[in-house]
Amino acid sequence: MDAFTTLTGLVAPLDRLNVDTDQIIPKQFLKTIKRTGLREGLFYDWRRLKDGSQDPAFFLNQPRYQNATILLARDNFGCGSSREHAPWALLDQGFRCVLAPSFADIFYNNCFQNGILPVVLKGSEVQALFEGVTAREGYQLTVDLAAQQVTTPDGTAYHFEIDPFRKDCLYRGLDAIGLTLQHAGRITEYEQRRRTQAPWLFQDVR
Amino acid sequence: MAAQTLFEKIWNDHVVRAEPDGTTLLYIDRHLVHEVTSPQAFEGLAVAGRTPRRPGAALAVPDHNVPTTDRRVAIADPISAKQIQTLDDNCKTFGITMFGMNDIRQGVVHVIGPEQGFTLPGMTIVCGDSHTSTHGAFGALAFGIGTSEVEHVLATQCLVQKRPKTMEVRVEGRLSPRCSAKDVILAIIGKIGTAGGTGYVIEYTGSAIRALSMEGRMTLCNMSIEGGARAGMVAPDDTTFAYIKGRPMAPKGALWDQAVTAWRQLVTDPGAKYDAVVELQAETIAPQVTWGTSPGMVTGVDGVVPDPRTMGDEKLRQATERAIEYMALTPGMPIRDIKIDKVFIGSCTNSRIEDLRLAASFAKGKKVAGTVHAMVVPGSGLVKQQAEQEGLDRIFKESGFEWREAGCSMCLAMNADVLQPGERCASTSNRNFEGRQGAGGRTHLVSPAMAVAAAVEGHFVDIRHWS
Repeated sequence: MDAFTTLTGLVAPLDRLNVDTDQIIPKQFLKTIKRTGLREGLFYDWRRLKDGSQDPAFFLNQPRYQNATILLARDNFGCGSSREHAPWALLDQGFRCVLAPSFADIFYNNCFQNGILPVVLKGSEVQALFEGVTAREGYQLTVDLAAQQVTTPDGTAYHFEIDPFRKDCLYRGLDAIGLTLQHAGRITEYEQRRRTQAPWLFQDVR
Repeated sequence: MAAQTLFEKIWNDHVVRAEPDGTTLLYIDRHLVHEVTSPQAFEGLAVAGRTPRRPGAALAVPDHNVPTTDRRVAIADPISAKQIQTLDDNCKTFGITMFGMNDIRQGVVHVIGPEQGFTLPGMTIVCGDSHTSTHGAFGALAFGIGTSEVEHVLATQCLVQKRPKTMEVRVEGRLSPRCSAKDVILAIIGKIGTAGGTGYVIEYTGSAIRALSMEGRMTLCNMSIEGGARAGMVAPDDTTFAYIKGRPMAPKGALWDQAVTAWRQLVTDPGAKYDAVVELQAETIAPQVTWGTSPGMVTGVDGVVPDPRTMGDEKLRQATERAIEYMALTPGMPIRDIKIDKVFIGSCTNSRIEDLRLAASFAKGKKVAGTVHAMVVPGSGLVKQQAEQEGLDRIFKESGFEWREAGCSMCLAMNADVLQPGERCASTSNRNFEGRQGAGGRTHLVSPAMAVAAAVEGHFVDIRHWS
C-alpha cells in the first residue's frame, strides 16, 4: 500500500447524498479476480445517458475535472455493499482522498486498506468547498495528513479528526497483516485460554 | 462487575490485545467466504507467502454468480464461471471447506451458516459481505468486511477494530396480522434513516422481537446495514437454542450443555447503558413498501409517494426528486396504485423455509397476474429440498411462479437474473439502489406476503385486508 503524507490536487465534486457502492462500481465489474483495471466501471451507469452515450453533464466526463485526485462528496458516502472494488475503482481513476461530512463504516475502513484518505469535515465546510470548486476551474486543495488539515487556495484551513492508529498506518504505508502477525504469540495465548473456556468454538468446519 | 450490554460481553470475550487509544485486536471465531470478495484476498496471501491460520474456522460457498437454472449446464458467462472456479481452486490450495455449486448444502452464504449450525451465539463472525449482520440474530457479533480484511482474517484470525457505539432498538407490542420482521426493519430504517446506525452496533429488544422466529430475527438483523449499522443482534434464548440444536456443525452431547449454559449469560444486564435508544410500537407498523432508491425511502402500503416540495432541506429535496424521477412515480401517488412487472422472492433477507411457507400460503389457489413475471429463489439447496417435501414448489408453480435453484440471484443480478431497463419489481431483497437488480430497473422492497399479493394483483395491495 502506498503511504499518504501530503496531497495537493485538483478537486472533483459529486453533489449527491447517500452515494452507494453499487453506484461507485456496479455488479458486472465485481466478477474480476484482480484489484486493478476497475476505472472503466467507476460510476458506470451515472456516466452514461439512457442511450449508452457519455453524459457530458456528469462531473467525471467534464474536462475541468480530468486528473482530479480529490473527490468531494456529500453525507453517507459509500453506503451499502462492502465491495472493496469501490475504493479500488476510485484509486484506479487517480483519487487518493475523499472529503465528505460522513461516510458509511465499511467503505471508510476499506479506504485505509488501499492508501486512500477519507476525510470527515463539517457540513458547512463541505458546503463551502462545493461552492469553491464549482465557482473556479482548476480548484485545488492541499491535504496534510500529519497536520490533519485541509487547506483551500485562499489559505483557509480546516482541521479534521482521524484515529491515531489508522493515521500512522496510512502515513507510513504499513502492511496491516504484518503488524498483526507481530502479535502472533498473543493470538496463540488467547486461543489456548479460549479453547478451555469455550471448546465448541474450536471445532473445525468439515 | 459493571452492568454490560450483550455487545460488550461478546466484544470483551474477543479482545486479544487493546492499545491505550482503544484500538483492539479482535479475535474472529468464524469466517464465511464467497466467490466475489475473496479472489484478491487469496492472491494476497499467495503473493506474501502466507497461509490461513485456522482454515477450519472458515466455510466457503459460491452464491453471488451462480445460475438459478439447471446446474448441469455449464455457466454461460465465462467470467462468472472463472470466478467460481477460482474459489474452488483457492479452497483446495488453502485447505478450506467449500460447498460446491452442485452440493445440496450450497446456498446464499447467510442462509447456509445458520442452517449448518456454523453460526452460534457469542461468536464473532465475519464475511466479505455487508449482510453478514444476519448472523447477529443468534446473539453473535457479525459484520461485513472488505477484501483486505478477508485476507487479514485468513492470515491472522484477527481484525484490528475500534469499539463501536451501542444502540438499542426496542420494539414493544404485537405486530398486526400478516405483518412481519421485514416490515419491522423497513419501518426502523424509515425512522432512523440509512445512516442512523453508522458507528453503532444495534441490539434489537422488546416483546415484538422476542416473539419473532429465528427466520424473522435473521430478516431483521440482515438489514441492519441498510440503517448504517455494521452489526445488529438479538440476545439468544430458547427459540435460538431450539433452532440450533441438532444442526450438523452445532456442538453435541456434553459440549452442547456446556455451550447452552454459557449462551444463557449472553443478555444485556439490567442497568446496562446503550449510547442511543430508539423505540417503536409494533401495532403502528403497517406493511412497508419502499418508493425510492434508498431503503430509508419507505412508507406504509396505505401511504403515498412523498412530495419533495414540502421538504425544507434542499439536499433531501433534490435526492427525493431524483429518486421519484428514477422510479417513474409522481408525488402524492398512492402506493397501492403502483403497478409492477416482476416479483422476486428470495435473497439473504427472505428466502428461508418460513418465508417460503408464508409466501406459499398466500399464493395457494391464486394466479400470478398476466402482466407479471414472478420467481421464487430458495436460499439454499436444503431449503429447496424441504420446500419440495412440503409441496410448496407445486403451489408456486401452479400459481405461475418460477421455481429456481438457490443463490443470490436477482437481489444483485450478478447472474442471468436481471431486470430490464424500466422494469418495476416487487422484491423481498434488501436494496432498492438505482440499477441494483439491473441497469435502469426499479425496485420496491417488501415482505414475502406483500410480494405474493402484488404478483397476483399486478399492483401493491394491503396484505392486512387481502382475501
